[in-house]
Amino acid sequence: MRLSGRNLKCVRGGREVFSGLDVSAAAGEALAVTGPNGAGKTSLLRVLAGLLVPAEGTIALEGGDVELSLPEQAHYLGHRDALKPALSVMENLSFWREFLGGKAEDAGRCLAAVALDHAAHLPAAYLSAGQRRRLSIARLLSVRRPVWLLDEPTSALDTAGQALFVALMRDHLAGGGLIVAATHLPLGIDARDLRMGGAA
Amino acid sequence: MSALAALIRRDIRIALRVGGGALIGVLFFLTVTVLMPFAVGPDLALLSRLGPAILWLGALLASLLTLDRLFTADHEDGSLDLIVMSRTPLELACAAKALAHWIAAGLPLIIATPVLGLLLNLDGTATLAVAATLLAGTPALTFTGMIGAALAVTLHRGGLLLAVLVLPLSIPVLIFGVAASQAAISGPLPFGTPFSILCALSLASLVIGPFAAAASLRHGLD
Repeated sequence: MRLSGRNLKCVRGGREVFSGLDVSAAAGEALAVTGPNGAGKTSLLRVLAGLLVPAEGTIALEGGDVELSLPEQAHYLGHRDALKPALSVMENLSFWREFLGGKAEDAGRCLAAVALDHAAHLPAAYLSAGQRRRLSIARLLSVRRPVWLLDEPTSALDTAGQALFVALMRDHLAGGGLIVAATHLPLGIDARDLRMGGAA
Repeated sequence: MSALAALIRRDIRIALRVGGGALIGVLFFLTVTVLMPFAVGPDLALLSRLGPAILWLGALLASLLTLDRLFTADHEDGSLDLIVMSRTPLELACAAKALAHWIAAGLPLIIATPVLGLLLNLDGTATLAVAATLLAGTPALTFTGMIGAALAVTLHRGGLLLAVLVLPLSIPVLIFGVAASQAAISGPLPFGTPFSILCALSLASLVIGPFAAAASLRHGLD
């Protein structure tokens, strides 16, 4: 499987964010998108996730499921956690597990994998920022998707949480998945670097 | 299908919990209807003549009150991104969300109608007629209102814009809803004529609403 974007150009609010950008990542490979604030890292991820339409260029996922588009085979972990404060931790996770569909893992086991199983019945409103992040990461585990698009995935995570997430990313890559992550911090796994923005 | 069922279950659950909008709509409906006799005065004949119109206006405003959260809540916390990306067609997801909103916010209004009818000096037949027209007409309010909610999704404080966008669209529903109620109470028209047009409006909005809302959501995301 290979994710490739060719000659991508993104325009937001009349301003060109990036242009002529080539992205590519193969199965088992991680791509770390780095660059200064405002370089277009989040925009690139959102273009790949199908949430922004590129002004130019093409995106393709070779070797994936031909019936499904790239966004349908991808997990997107954005700045916002997609959690409902009124629902419990377990209800939040179970909803996404059922809604996203596809091959699903046991929800309890996913919570245990991010060390949140003790809080399963707590409303998500009471979670700390780090715990919210852990719960979002549990969503990536609960439904299997080959492509992970991660936006600052380790922000708000403590050292133990970061180590845990590094192990989960390793497992994902070993299982033939691919990762595109926008980050300021080192990811902690072997990743190819895509530098955006230069000295802008 | 299970994805849509999960979405409907989640939205109803959120609406019924603390901070959800379901009860607020009913309370607002109750308040508007209770205030009306005080404003109109103790003229029972006038009150029962105005009754259906008052109930319909109350229901319209109450459903508008909670409609602006239909997509903004999901947009603010990032859920909408995932819904757009998912394998479920966005049109169906929109329809599921509107259905959940109607069950949580529209049905309680219809259930409250018989109680409120007493306050407006409406007799049994009249109350039943109003409840029937609300049952047939409120889905149209929700599904056309959804279009406005989708257009205003990226705006902070889009509630006012939503009202401006949606109220003109709900005029036909209001006309035929009240006309059908009046026909059942005093004639001379048969109840069936305006009522079938009301049903037609609901069915048409059931089809148009999800497509229009999905199109504007796709266009408005950034």
